[in-house]
Amino acid sequence: MTRLSEFTRRGALAALVAGAAALSLGAPAQAEVSFEGKTIEWLIPFSAGGGSDTWARFNAPFLSKYLPGSPTVVVVNEPGGGSTKGTNLFAARAKPDGLTILGTSGSTQFPYLLGDPRVRYEYADWKIVMASPTGGVAYTSPSTGVASAAEIGKLKGQKLVYASQGATSLDLVPLLAFRMMGLDVQHVFGFKGRGDGRLAFERGETNIDYQTSSAYLKNVMPLVEAGTAVPLFSWGALDDDGNLVRDPTFPDLPHFGEAYEMVTGQAPSGPEYDAYFAFFTAGFPAQKMVFLPKDTPQEIVDAYQAAVTSMKQDPDYQASKEAVLGTYEQVTGKAAQALYTKGTVISPELRKQVVDMLAADYNVKLGE
Amino acid sequence: MLETLAAAFAALMTAEHLGYMLLGVSVGLVVGVIPGLGGIAGLSLLVPFLYGMDPISALGMLIGLVAVIPTSDTFASVLMGIPGSSASQATVLDGFPLAKSGQAARALSAAFISSLFGGVVGALILTGFVLIARPLILMFGSAELFMLALFGLSMVAVLAGRSLPKGLAACAVGLLIGAIGGAPATGEFRMIFNTEYLYDGIPLVIVGLGLFAVPEISDLLRRNSAIAQGTVIGSGWLRGVRDWWRNVFLSVRCAGIGCMIGSIPGLGGSVVDWIAYGHAVQTTKKDPQFGKGDIRGVIAPESANNAMQGGALLPTMLFGIPGSGSMAVFLGGMVLIGIEPGPSMVGPDLNVTYSIIWSLALANIMGAGICIALAQPISRLTAVPFPLLAPCMIALICFAAFQATRDLADLVALLALGLVGILMKRFGWPRPALLIGYVLSPQAETYFYQALQFNGWDFLLRPGVIIIGLMTLASVWFGLRNRVDDTGTTQGAAASRASRGVQILFAVAMLGFFAVALWDTAQHSFLGAVFPIGVGVVGAVFAAILLVHLWRGHADHPAFYDYEIVGDHAGDDDTGWFWTGPAWIAGLVAATALVGFYVSMIVFFVAFLRLRARAGWGTTLAMTAGAAGFVLGLAWMLSLNFPYGLLQQAYDLPWPFR
Repeated sequence: MTRLSEFTRRGALAALVAGAAALSLGAPAQAEVSFEGKTIEWLIPFSAGGGSDTWARFNAPFLSKYLPGSPTVVVVNEPGGGSTKGTNLFAARAKPDGLTILGTSGSTQFPYLLGDPRVRYEYADWKIVMASPTGGVAYTSPSTGVASAAEIGKLKGQKLVYASQGATSLDLVPLLAFRMMGLDVQHVFGFKGRGDGRLAFERGETNIDYQTSSAYLKNVMPLVEAGTAVPLFSWGALDDDGNLVRDPTFPDLPHFGEAYEMVTGQAPSGPEYDAYFAFFTAGFPAQKMVFLPKDTPQEIVDAYQAAVTSMKQDPDYQASKEAVLGTYEQVTGKAAQALYTKGTVISPELRKQVVDMLAADYNVKLGE
Repeated sequence: MLETLAAAFAALMTAEHLGYMLLGVSVGLVVGVIPGLGGIAGLSLLVPFLYGMDPISALGMLIGLVAVIPTSDTFASVLMGIPGSSASQATVLDGFPLAKSGQAARALSAAFISSLFGGVVGALILTGFVLIARPLILMFGSAELFMLALFGLSMVAVLAGRSLPKGLAACAVGLLIGAIGGAPATGEFRMIFNTEYLYDGIPLVIVGLGLFAVPEISDLLRRNSAIAQGTVIGSGWLRGVRDWWRNVFLSVRCAGIGCMIGSIPGLGGSVVDWIAYGHAVQTTKKDPQFGKGDIRGVIAPESANNAMQGGALLPTMLFGIPGSGSMAVFLGGMVLIGIEPGPSMVGPDLNVTYSIIWSLALANIMGAGICIALAQPISRLTAVPFPLLAPCMIALICFAAFQATRDLADLVALLALGLVGILMKRFGWPRPALLIGYVLSPQAETYFYQALQFNGWDFLLRPGVIIIGLMTLASVWFGLRNRVDDTGTTQGAAASRASRGVQILFAVAMLGFFAVALWDTAQHSFLGAVFPIGVGVVGAVFAAILLVHLWRGHADHPAFYDYEIVGDHAGDDDTGWFWTGPAWIAGLVAATALVGFYVSMIVFFVAFLRLRARAGWGTTLAMTAGAAGFVLGLAWMLSLNFPYGLLQQAYDLPWPFR
């Protein structure tokens, strides 16, 4: 528990510092930057009604309220190509005037990290405004003989089945995690979402699964209470120095690193872990990010960051955000920059290692 | 329990709640009338209102929106032959022939009263069913879902038309089109031919519009008459209500089917109308006129599709898994309001659940009531000379088509599938068989693979699988007995033999498609290739059988069919060039590639009205301005950009020309 309180205190302090920094930088700039009477297009490379769309539509009115000049912020959906189409469009056409912003998700980061040939965008070009972290919890069926998180070691050598959305989707994170732990998991692909996967678990077709935090709280906790699911570990969160720590939403559950240690007897390290860590960061702590296009002037970036910082203080925002965004704090400033770097940079060797593994073991070809 | 019911009812009946619901219903009706727009567009219109509303009113508004879309989309299906949304595709089959014979008001009122009834029956079933639904829904594993997909495919037996090999080959084409894009088991991309658009597969709305709307528009364009040939019977609406009452048991059964299929997550709502239609055909003994304007062919799908929305609420609320496209939107809306679906919806939040279910019934009553009142005046549209209506319809289907991915490629795909649809119509290939194959293709493949992974071949021994298997066999048996022929007179075979050459050519082209699909599988792994190989081989076999029939069949073999010879327009001097319709659409698509959609549409209107409709400048300008304003207003409200062309790539233009 000390770990958690330490984390929160440090987190709060950092947020304060970052906020103050953003404000002090942003204040003089705000006088110059004004979007009065303008319409800002928030490009979402997914169709309406999905997670990213809901996230953007929730944030849009608050952003509109706190951006200088109170511009209209509209969400424009450009779905297709697993989000590469709309993102390519943004990379090719958005002008650095602050009137077009992009919301990305793990499914935008992953093809980029894997070197998908459809990707014609470069994360390093962009300026980050905000990052929205999320978390998730892996759980198993009591039929495996595991009665609590501490008994995770019993999974070793058992035949486990996982319902996956595809080896290059967000489910790449559990795939890499289970592999590293040395668990024998059969990944059954073709599921349309984590919800469908949970249904397969409830039907008894699979015996290991994970859900993102809010779905876990609402839909898996009742199973845990009924004794038909056993939580194993959370993916964990990142502190300001980029270290893996327990997820503040699930302080009593070990994070992946601890669980790994329980199974293998040593702390995770090495190139395999580095590859996992890049995808984990892109999929969870930096899952959703807001970007301004290449060459955007610093004062516009500052105005946006200041808007996000004030938006987070809005009582309306605080009152309703938990239902939509979960219990995680929206990240701006230096911390967002750190997440963005960690979640979008991978060394060519590590990329090759993951791509080769996917090709050899799961027949994944990245669309050539 | 009773207290919960009473509390839910009281919350529902406040003026505020009813007012918001009416707002949702109105938006839903408008959005439903315009083909291609559905719940997703409606949601983006309503979202700005959601903040600060109390959850019950907000839910009422959302429910009002999604509940009535399958009601008002009937207008386009019946009056213009344009499937308004995936839920109204089967309605086109008999609704449009009724409109063509001047009975649009009758067809519409029968459709609306069926929608109303279906929606209310669906809500009644749900009131009890919601309490026991969780364990029942969990009984449907991948194996059972695969069998349900097969059951859906068995409807092809009903809709295969006169020549069974043609029908099965058409279904195989559909299955292969549905397999374009990422393979469920491995994610490898099939039949994409290095085209980025094909990575995601061809969207349903494009397939529906291409197969059904484009051939009808092109057909009508060649004659200069109105949609309704002969006089329009304006006051048919009482007759429609009587028609429905005479078939009330069919309506009840189809509502039940719709509700059940909607409540099983994973099958998807887009086959419900076909299953209901197939059911109507299978169970009708007295004087079936299906495909030529049988009112039962309207009542069945319309009763089912509104009930389906109710059923689809169950997986949405209980598991957070959207049971249909508009439910995905509803789910997004629920999260925005702050209601997270889950088991608590039948526990502490049961009152919310009930207010949702009954809002659904109320919204259906409101929506159908408004539609019935509008049916009579709107059905007069069918008396407007078609050349004046045509540019609006072409612009409308193009607008609908590019809602799919908002790309020029949508329009190109529409044109390509439109050509396939036109030729299929001409040569008597059953388009519904293709559509069913297309819709069920991903389900059939995914669930088969998953069932094998989870259970091995033992999955065939599961009781649910055996039961659904027997139902499928029965469905095939009844289907083959009562096959629907939507290709007109049966005497035409002998006369159709005259154009044997082109019919063989088209069959060879289809065979060529199977060959391409099989060739494509060579570069894929076993799991990615096995489904297209299986379908491709079966399709090729039936196409080959058809070729034998066409080559050597006796003079009046049912395989012969050419609408150009046996259609009622044949021999009429007024009939225009066969390729008129596709040529105009191709012109619009080509212009879009050059100067973007919005400019092209304006030019297209002026050109069409002046050159084709020979309208005066006054009419031309008024209609062009009206259409341009309408589309602009829609695009502005939905904050969308039009497909862009070379011009926009070279120059940065202001919206809407961007």
